[in-house]
Amino acid sequence: MQSPAIEYDYTVAKWFSYLAILFGILGMGVGVLIAFQLAFPDLNYIFGQYSLFSRLRPIHTNTVAFGFTLSGIFATWYYVGQRVLKVSMKESKFLMTVGKLHFWLYFIGALLAVASLLVRYTTSKEYAQFEWPFDIVVVIVWVLWGISIFGLIGIRREKSLYISLWYYIATFLGVAMLYLFNNMEVPTYLITGMGDPLHSVSMYSGSNDALVQWWYGHNAVAFVFTVPIIAMIYYYLPKESGQPVYSYKLSLLSFWGLMFVYLWAGGHHLIYSTVPDWMQTMGSIFSIILILPSWGSALNMLLTMKGEWGQLKENPLIKFMVLASTFYMLSTLEGPIQSIKSVNALAHFTDWIPGHVHDGTLGWVGFMIIAALMHMAPRFYKREIYSKKLLEAQFWLQTTGIVLYFSSMWIAGITQGMMWRAVDQYGNLAYSFIDTVTVLHPYYTLRAIGGLFYLVGLFMWAYNFFKTMTASRAIEREPQFASPMAA
Amino acid sequence: MFGWLERNPFFFAVGVFIVIAFAGLIEIVPDFAQASRPVAGTKPYSLLRLAGRQVYIKDSCNACHSQLIRPFKSETDRYGNYSLSGEYAYDRPFLWGSKRTGPDLHRVGNYRTSDWHANHMWDPTSVVPGSIMPAYKHMFTNVADLETAYAEALTVKKVFNVPYDKDIDGDGKVDVPLGSFEQAKKQALAEALKIAKETKREDLVKMVESGKIPEIVALIAYLNGLK
Repeated sequence: MQSPAIEYDYTVAKWFSYLAILFGILGMGVGVLIAFQLAFPDLNYIFGQYSLFSRLRPIHTNTVAFGFTLSGIFATWYYVGQRVLKVSMKESKFLMTVGKLHFWLYFIGALLAVASLLVRYTTSKEYAQFEWPFDIVVVIVWVLWGISIFGLIGIRREKSLYISLWYYIATFLGVAMLYLFNNMEVPTYLITGMGDPLHSVSMYSGSNDALVQWWYGHNAVAFVFTVPIIAMIYYYLPKESGQPVYSYKLSLLSFWGLMFVYLWAGGHHLIYSTVPDWMQTMGSIFSIILILPSWGSALNMLLTMKGEWGQLKENPLIKFMVLASTFYMLSTLEGPIQSIKSVNALAHFTDWIPGHVHDGTLGWVGFMIIAALMHMAPRFYKREIYSKKLLEAQFWLQTTGIVLYFSSMWIAGITQGMMWRAVDQYGNLAYSFIDTVTVLHPYYTLRAIGGLFYLVGLFMWAYNFFKTMTASRAIEREPQFASPMAA
Repeated sequence: MFGWLERNPFFFAVGVFIVIAFAGLIEIVPDFAQASRPVAGTKPYSLLRLAGRQVYIKDSCNACHSQLIRPFKSETDRYGNYSLSGEYAYDRPFLWGSKRTGPDLHRVGNYRTSDWHANHMWDPTSVVPGSIMPAYKHMFTNVADLETAYAEALTVKKVFNVPYDKDIDGDGKVDVPLGSFEQAKKQALAEALKIAKETKREDLVKMVESGKIPEIVALIAYLNGLK
C-alpha cells in the first residue's frame, strides 16, 4: 500500500462502543428482571405499572436488538470501514460530521423511543413497536449511516471491497427495505385532526399484516443479528488470530446464498396460521435450505483456525469468537428444525422459541460484540487489555449462563407443548392451561439464573474495558494480530 | 463477475438489493387482495370495542396471549373453532402474538364473563390460583381515550373503506354505526354502562355514569366481542 501509516480516527467508533456497553447492561438487566418475574410474579410491581412484564418485554427486546446490537454494529463499522478501505475519517470533515450526527441522533432517538414504550406508546408489532414519529427518526439515522458507508467507500484507497463490507452494505439495504415496508402506517391525527397525535393505524390488515410483519420480523433477525455479525467475524477473527480467511469461494457462496435464501424463510413464523398454505410450505423449505449458507460462513471461520487451535487455549478473544461461530451453527440448525411443520406444531407459542432466540443472540451476537470491542480497546487507547484472567472468567461464566438458559427453555418448551396436546384415555384434554404454566416454575427460575450469569459477565466486561481505557499499561505500537493482555 | 462487483460498489449494492427483494415480491404480493377479504358475519369494531383494543395494545397483552387458534383437535377442544383469515379483515394491526405465556384469546368472549374479567384483571390469582399474570389495576382508574379510538375508526373508514355506517349483511339496517363523535360517544357510554353493571363493581358504574369510561370496561367490551 502506498501510505503505510494512515492515522485512523476512532472517535465515533469509541462513542458507539460505550453505548453498546451501556445498552447491553440496560437491555439485559431488564431481561433478567422479566425472566425472574415469570418465576416470581410479585416482582411485577417493584416500579408500579412501569415494571409490569408486558410493559418491559418490548423494552428488553428493543434495547437489546436496536440498542446493544446496533451500537455494536455501528462501533465496528466506524472501525472496520476505515481499515479495510484504507482511508481515515480524518480525511473528510463531511464524513466526520455525518458520523457524529449519526451518533447523537441515534442516542437521543433511542432514549426517547424507549421512554415512549414505557408510557404505553406502541404499535404492538414485535421489534417494530415504535410509533410513527420515532420511525421517522429511525429512517433519518439509517440514512446517515448509509451516507457514512457509501461516503467512505467513495473516497477509498483499497479498490476491492473486503468480505466484511459486503455484509455491512447488505445490512444497510436489508433493514432499510424491511423497516420501511413493515412500518407503513397512517397517523390518525393527520387524517381526522383529533385524538392522540402519536397514534397511527397499520396500512395492512389481518393476515396481510401478519405476513408483512413476519417477513420483517424474521429478517430483522437476519439483517441485525446475522449479517452484520458475520461482517464482524470476517474481520476480527482473521485479525486477532493472524490467519487468512480459509476460503474466498466459500465466502462468496455463503454470502450470495444467504442473501437469496434468508428472506423466504419468514413464513415459518406463520405455520398453521391463516396465511396461504403454500407460503407456509415455502417458509419451511427455505428454512432448511438456509442451513447451507449459514454453516458455510461458520465453517469458513472455524477452518480459518486450521492448524492454529493452540490459540484457543491461549487467547480468550479467540475463545469468544470460536464459540460464537459454534453457537451460530447450533442456532442455525435449531431454527430449521423448528420450521419443520410437525415440529413447529409442538414448538410454536412455547418457550422453546425464546430459547432458540437466546442461544443465537447471547452466544453468537453477544460473544462476537464482546470480542470485537475487546479487540478494538488496545487499538483505541494504545494500552494492553487490563486483565486476561477477568476475560477468561467472564467467558466461562457467560457460557455457563447460556447453557443454563437454552437447556431450561428446551425442556420448558417441549414440556408445555406436550402438555397442551395431551389427552386422557377418553380423548379429553388432560391438563388445564394453568397446569401447563405452574409446571414451568423450576425452568423459569433456572433460565433467570442463567441470564443473571450472563449479566454479571457484562459487568466484568464493562469493568475490563474501562480499566483498559484508563489504567492499563501503555503499548508503544499498535499490535498487528493478537491483542496484548496483562495477566 | 463477482470480482467485478466487488470493485463496483454501486452495482454490488443493486445486485444485493435485487436478490433480497425477490422473495418478498413473490411471497407477499400475489395473495394480498385475497387474504384481506372478510368472511360473512365479520364486522368492524364499535367505538367502545376499538378503544378496548387500543388498551389491549397499549399494555402489550399480545406479549403473552395469542389470538390464533391452529387447526388441531387439541386447540379446537381448548379454545373453540380454528381461526379463519377473513375474521381478521378489520384487525389493524393483527394481534396473533408469538408466545402463549397465557392462553389464546381469539374466542374468549364465548366462555368468560364481564365480572370474571374484572376480577381477573384486578387480582388474577383470585380466579386462577397459581397464575403468573400480574394485576392491571391502573386500568380501573385510567379513562379510555375515546377520541383517539374515534380518530382511528374515522381514519380506517375514510382511508380503507371500512364499512362503518353501512348495511353490511343486507338486512336494511346499518350494522355498525359510527356517525359524529358525539353520537359515537353516546352509544359507547350506553354499551359501557351495561358492562360496568355486569362487573358488579360500584366504582366502575359510577365512573361511567359521570361520563368517563374506565379502560377496563372498554377492554372487557373488546374481549367479550372476541368470538
